[in-house]
Amino acid sequence: MDARIKIRNTKSVLFKALIVFLAFIITLPLIIVLLYIIKMGVVQVNWGFLTHEPTPEGVAGGGIANALVGSLIMVGMSAIVAIPVGLFAGIYLSENPGTKLAYYAGLCVDILQGVPSIVVGIVIYFWIVKPFGFSAISGSVALAIMMLPIVVRSTEQTLLLLPSSLKEAALSLGVPYHRVIMKVIVPCGFAGILSGIILSIARIIGETAPLLFTALGNVFLTTKVTGPMDSLPHLIYFYSKSPYQDQIDQAWGASFILLMFVLLLNITTKLITRKWNIQL
Amino acid sequence: MEHTVVSASNFNAWFGDNHVVKDVSIGIERNQCVAVMGPSGCGKTTFLRCINRMHELIPGATAKGSLKLYADEIYTMNPIYVRYKIGMVFQRPNPFPNLSIYDNVIAGYKLNGLSMPKAELDRIVEKSLTSAALWNEVKDSLHKKGTFLSGGQQQRLCIARAIAMEPEVILFDEPTSALDPISTSSVEQLFHELKENYTLIIVTHNMQQAARVSDKTAFFYMGELVEYDDTKLMFTAPKDTRTQNYITGRFS
Amino acid sequence: MSEKNKRLDLSYSQMKWETIFKRILIAMSVIMVLLVIGTLATLIVKSWPTIKSLGIGYLWGKVWDPVSNVYGARPFLLGTLLTSFTALIISIPFSYSVAIYLGEYNTKGWLSNLLKNTVELIAAVPSIIYGFWALFVLVPQIRKLETLLHIPAVGVGAFAASVVLAVMIIPYAASLGTSLIRMVPSPLKEGAYALGATRFEVIRSVILPFTRSGLFAGILLSLGRALGETMAVTMLIGNTSAIGNTFTDVFFGPGNTMASVIANEFSEADHDLYYSALIELGLVLFFVTVIINLIGKRIITKYTNK
Repeated sequence: MDARIKIRNTKSVLFKALIVFLAFIITLPLIIVLLYIIKMGVVQVNWGFLTHEPTPEGVAGGGIANALVGSLIMVGMSAIVAIPVGLFAGIYLSENPGTKLAYYAGLCVDILQGVPSIVVGIVIYFWIVKPFGFSAISGSVALAIMMLPIVVRSTEQTLLLLPSSLKEAALSLGVPYHRVIMKVIVPCGFAGILSGIILSIARIIGETAPLLFTALGNVFLTTKVTGPMDSLPHLIYFYSKSPYQDQIDQAWGASFILLMFVLLLNITTKLITRKWNIQL
Repeated sequence: MEHTVVSASNFNAWFGDNHVVKDVSIGIERNQCVAVMGPSGCGKTTFLRCINRMHELIPGATAKGSLKLYADEIYTMNPIYVRYKIGMVFQRPNPFPNLSIYDNVIAGYKLNGLSMPKAELDRIVEKSLTSAALWNEVKDSLHKKGTFLSGGQQQRLCIARAIAMEPEVILFDEPTSALDPISTSSVEQLFHELKENYTLIIVTHNMQQAARVSDKTAFFYMGELVEYDDTKLMFTAPKDTRTQNYITGRFS
Repeated sequence: MSEKNKRLDLSYSQMKWETIFKRILIAMSVIMVLLVIGTLATLIVKSWPTIKSLGIGYLWGKVWDPVSNVYGARPFLLGTLLTSFTALIISIPFSYSVAIYLGEYNTKGWLSNLLKNTVELIAAVPSIIYGFWALFVLVPQIRKLETLLHIPAVGVGAFAASVVLAVMIIPYAASLGTSLIRMVPSPLKEGAYALGATRFEVIRSVILPFTRSGLFAGILLSLGRALGETMAVTMLIGNTSAIGNTFTDVFFGPGNTMASVIANEFSEADHDLYYSALIELGLVLFFVTVIINLIGKRIITKYTNK
């Protein structure tokens, strides 16, 4: 009897050891990748790297300013479109949970979340690039579509958690519906909504596939949004195929910059949810 | 000045097909404190919410019949205006957590974009908080958020917030059922003072409270207004057997 | 009283804005629906030439030769399924271990938070970075491995893509699994402990069966993610549109997935049939990923409402 219990206990201990091992070992690949990128990339970054355009192939020097500025511009434009649309759709879903439109819109949000990014790129190609040409705008639209599901869902879920007494109190004071939502409900859910927005930005800043056939790339630093524009992920992809070592080096630098952006945004989100959560 | 502030005549309300308020006729006079009592599900809260047109905000909720504020039909008036004139205090204190105490009191103005000079707002804040017996306790922390206040204080803040709109009537939906006894008595104290300037309609589950604070009491049962009389009379010599049974605790 | 008039006027103008606002809310939600319908319509319309002329046989065709106008999607179906399922199989032990650890062994505290944040970080890193790193660091190592195994040392191929993909999809099943395992009611577990079960036995006989369908949903979500992944796979798969003859050729040799061939060849497509062949691949990808994701989400909502 004793021996059997001993065996069972040993099994339990071994199992735990296995689980712990497997669980923690996955941190290794992440650490390796991060450290490597930092090691190879940080040496590339200097003021010139950040502010100069690429030099012609084979010529040393130059930088990634075209991609850096391009990413910032396109992400900015996407956010300007996706935030209001996503916010209002999220508000509708949280305020009208039983309706047919809420059901179908919610379903479509789930569908959009699962669509591969390359498919989004194809669709935008036909909607915008075919008629109007390659442009940063088309790239931003594609990115905005990818931002939407995250913004909608996080808005909806944040607002559903708020107590209904909040809305009632405001309504009983004669506050009209739109002000109740925009001046009471949304501000109270600000932390959750903002972190959803930041997460969605962190997601699209690294997206390449939707930009392949929309914004294309551009070796020149440009702010013309109606023409092709480069972006950090696109530059990395393009240079990864290059025979020139200096371009590959610059891709490491760009990867480092991109990685830092993503990490920064994610850390910001965590801080927001921790600090700004309004006590209800 | 007219005497009857709120009057209902053959008033009915439904939730979908559920007939919750049946043919209610009642006349409530100025500067009175009226208690509305009855067992759970008798329609008293629904009726209350019809008065400031909160009832219709629930999908599927309908109402029919005459319900007047003075001589005007409430259901033909602009609902937002109705709520300016008829304020409400809820069961659970619900001050806005993202606003300071000061901003909570004038929330009705601020959120509606009714702009007023600061001196005027200051005056309103002090007057409302004083009427709600809260001024001395919070006058030094007006710009802090209201969440550190106790339950009773929060409820008085909500009362101040309602008063700040200078309504004619204030509706109370079981205002002390979520409060401890000490906070409850401080709020009940207020009713005596408030009725000098406002007309109060208080839905309560607590018979003793109705007996303590009100001038007149209305007894609802299964959607109907069974009896409406001076509180003293209602509790000593009720006219209807149903009222009698409720008061003596045969059902609750 | 001008105050009264002011308030009366205000209430009327505000009612007008209320209606406008409610209409805006509805419009934005309708946009969601339109986006999906529009996407589906575009994909179908633009792939119609291939659907019409080649029919279902297209999906099973073995040869992809745009130059001769011969289109068959089998190499890509194979590549997609191979990389995705291999990645899934590799990732499952790790995702489940994280889920069991965070859900049962260590639900609170600094170490638990550290692991949770690290796993979330894995999902946060953009796929282009994984792809780029793997191309220059992992692939040379794989070449060394292949030389050791006496197979053509290409480095790129389904193997490389699967390994990287496996790491990328771990967080999806892991975070879902963690939430589900934490939801197992204590009375259930306590009953088993009271009968003398060891921790391992409680996990095996109580927790895992209880969360079984939810964990399956987690697998589906990870699979959906793997199927739709483009960039990392494109950089590592080798971009060859022919099926190898032996298992080692297929697994260790260069290949293509549906997503990667679109990424590579879409800009070079020069005639209609080529275009629509690629877009039909996009259509298939769309259906497959959407269906898998929806099934996964349905299971989860059924689960959390149980």
